[in-house]
Amino acid sequence: MGHAAMTGQALEVRIWRGGEAGAFQSFSLPTRPAQTVLDVVTEIQRGPEPDLAYRFACRVGMCGSCAMTVNGEPRWTCRTRVAAVAKKGMLTLEPLRNLPVVKDLVVDMTTFFEKWQKAKGVFEPGDAPPADFAIVKPDSAERQAADRGIECIGCGICYSACDVVAWDRDYLGPAALNRAWTLVNDVRDRGQAERLAAVVADGGCQSCHTHLSCTKFCPKSLAPTYAIAGLKRAAMRAAVKGTK
Amino acid sequence: MRRSTGFMHAQRRPGVVASVVHRLSGLALTFFLPAHFLALGSALSGAGKFERFMNVTENPIIKVLEVGLVTSLAVHLACGLRILAIEFLDLRERTAATIAVCFAFALASGLLFLLNIQMGLS
Repeated sequence: MGHAAMTGQALEVRIWRGGEAGAFQSFSLPTRPAQTVLDVVTEIQRGPEPDLAYRFACRVGMCGSCAMTVNGEPRWTCRTRVAAVAKKGMLTLEPLRNLPVVKDLVVDMTTFFEKWQKAKGVFEPGDAPPADFAIVKPDSAERQAADRGIECIGCGICYSACDVVAWDRDYLGPAALNRAWTLVNDVRDRGQAERLAAVVADGGCQSCHTHLSCTKFCPKSLAPTYAIAGLKRAAMRAAVKGTK
Repeated sequence: MRRSTGFMHAQRRPGVVASVVHRLSGLALTFFLPAHFLALGSALSGAGKFERFMNVTENPIIKVLEVGLVTSLAVHLACGLRILAIEFLDLRERTAATIAVCFAFALASGLLFLLNIQMGLS
């Protein structure tokens, strides 16, 4: 339905209230031109429900804090227009899946970021990093592989969309493994052996079932599935070479 | 009231559908394999026993099951090749299109087998 057609019509919004246990609360709002899902939540919080909990910061798709489940699918709400996702004038808003609910639309992201650490998703300069800048050619295969995954904003949408995370709470998840893959391709990094050991351990890259949900829903159009496939190839090469 | 579950929504996604079909077809093949080995093993006890086993497969119900078996084998093969291409060749696929090709290959294989049975009967 186009923006003009929707403007002025009533929008029925169901929002999850409470923690893990809770209930949906319904609201009726007017639709507005170019209205985003985040606009809807803000209008409700600034109007009838001042205690509605949700997160946002930049409102322009950079910070990754406003992700929610919108009509059953994980999305960044600041860049999602109501007209594109409302079904028959209905919006159902829930917190992200696969993370503990703190309150209403807010989830606890601790586990998500702990898994980045567990996947060694941190640059390791080594004991004696070079004093001068490293020269990395933009057209080198490693640089291009890293470029494909580097724009992650840590929104947690891929983690929420992943079925394997839902089944196996120890699975590191697409975002952490994608970050690890960008570092595997960072020629300056000196922690490759430890990183590879971390990503092939239980709950690592081999747990991915290639459902491609992360790749489908990533708002930055990254493809964690293919990053994870890259990690599997790196693990295979290391196994063939006999390196640990 | 409960929150919606992810997997129910996930069922609409082609990657998930392919994954489920891949696994179910694998399970179907594990049911077939014991029967297959039993049939081959019966030959060890003489041609007569093997022939009796083979006569059972002339049953129309078994013929229908065989079409399902061939389709399962084809879909399992195609989905497996797709995963190998993604993981080892870094194939960046158009997921829905690739999966549609895998399923079409399986269906065509099943129909060809059915045609073969029909021609054998006529």
